[in-house]
Amino acid sequence: MEQLTPETLIAVFEEIFGRVLFWVMVAAAVVVTLAFLYVLIRDRSMSMRKFLLSQLSMPFGAVAAVIFVLAMTHSQLRDMGGAIDVIVLLGIAAMGAVGIAIFVYTAQSLLRGKPDES
Amino acid sequence: MKSINEIQPSRRAFLGLTLGGLATAAAVRPASAQRVQTKARIVIIGAGAAGTSLANRLVGRLDGAEITILDPSTEHLYQPGLSLVAAGLKPASYTQSNTADWLSKGITLIPEAAAAIDPVAKTVSTSGAQTFAYDFLVVAPGLVLDHDAIEGFSLDLVGTNGIGALYPGAQYAAKTWEAASKFTEDGGVGIFTRPATEMKCAGAPLKHAFLIEDIATRTAGAGKHEMHYASNNNSLFGLPIVSEKVRMLFEDRGITPQYSHVLKAIEPGRKIATFATPEGDTEMGYDYLHVISPQRAPDVVRQSGLSWADKWTDQGWVEVDQQTLRHLRYPEVFALGDVAGVPKGKTAASVKWQVPVVEDHLIAAIEGREGNAVYDGYTSCPLMTRVGRAMLVEFDYHNNLTPSFPGIIAPLEELWISWLMEEVALKATYNAMLRGKA
Repeated sequence: MEQLTPETLIAVFEEIFGRVLFWVMVAAAVVVTLAFLYVLIRDRSMSMRKFLLSQLSMPFGAVAAVIFVLAMTHSQLRDMGGAIDVIVLLGIAAMGAVGIAIFVYTAQSLLRGKPDES
Repeated sequence: MKSINEIQPSRRAFLGLTLGGLATAAAVRPASAQRVQTKARIVIIGAGAAGTSLANRLVGRLDGAEITILDPSTEHLYQPGLSLVAAGLKPASYTQSNTADWLSKGITLIPEAAAAIDPVAKTVSTSGAQTFAYDFLVVAPGLVLDHDAIEGFSLDLVGTNGIGALYPGAQYAAKTWEAASKFTEDGGVGIFTRPATEMKCAGAPLKHAFLIEDIATRTAGAGKHEMHYASNNNSLFGLPIVSEKVRMLFEDRGITPQYSHVLKAIEPGRKIATFATPEGDTEMGYDYLHVISPQRAPDVVRQSGLSWADKWTDQGWVEVDQQTLRHLRYPEVFALGDVAGVPKGKTAASVKWQVPVVEDHLIAAIEGREGNAVYDGYTSCPLMTRVGRAMLVEFDYHNNLTPSFPGIIAPLEELWISWLMEEVALKATYNAMLRGKA
């Protein structure tokens, strides 16, 4: 691949998901991340109770992300052919796990309010 | 001065951080290069992958140029997707879009075919009897499939009597899947062919054989299908190292190579295919036959005097320097894509690397200097070997493998990540290329 600049990468992702969906997904990721930072700053601490639940959700996020990608690409686990495939698969699982963990933690914090109020 | 421990998170600090980040992101947007002032008249024949991509890039580089693109087809065809359509993995619409939608403002699309090129008078006349004078001409009309060269074959047979042909277009690729899926379910003898001419994406006939074998084995089970790959010479692929790898994979998958078997006639009623071989004609019965017709430059190119006189004389590819794609006798003429008379290079991946080279030399010519970009024959082919696996084969004029990701994505290994590139990233990259962004 020639000229793999950030601009090219964005163009590629826009084409994969469509311009609207891609930017909606980026916006959703930014909103969840900002909301997560917001509750961290608001609460001045991590709540281990909420963190426990978000950790428990991680395997589900990992499996869901892998199933989603395999289904979207007509693939099966038997198609893993080399080390790089396993790394990519683990990467997708890790992203799914971290994504759902942040989402679950943030959702609990926003819904339940500040620790002293709950 | 505050110690690090005294810096407390606050809403204000958080807001400041966010705004600072956004301001930085906005500030580092790349500045666009100075556009070249010119009154040059540039005519591009063909709004396929090459013509569209080049036109869009030229609009961004030139100010005042008159860019005219000729193409009678209102439909743009994403040809790399045809293999997926012919294996039932994507609908025909996956490959179809509107030609005009890809062209930036500032490009004049004439929905007519080029009917005659006069490289001495520097004019192109169209099927609608218009004539365009040019300062620079880019010949990129693609190629034509010579169906008449195969006796007994015509396009209306595709999808019937076990006949497939994925090259002629989206609807034919879909009909090919109708015939191929019946074969995968019922079993029988499948024959996969390729022409003896230069051809668009020499990996595609192999991909079709591999995918149909994989689907057949999964659908009806092993042992119900007998599959043959009819090659035009003594190899299975132009690149020796890839040919050997494919030979091993074929052996593993039970696909029998029939070397030097060129399809010359079919009898659809009897389901008999006749092949020309060094030992004379030979007949083979089939339940599924994939036909790829011989490929040639369009008549308008062959009649214009732009073709090689001593090479590919039955095919008529344009006589260009293989590193600059500039015509050897008419320096204001370039050829791009399928029609260019260079070894290999009839793929969208080649086009992606050819277009910036022609762009460089064309703009240099406008500015009165010499360009320095070089095309070294790069071609790539995500050679799908199963539904879910592919080999990312990349190579150049010298039959060298040129892996983009050495040590990470091995070129001759069947990998899921290479499949992901074909299935997910390829069309995205292609579309970005059309827009002139990749």
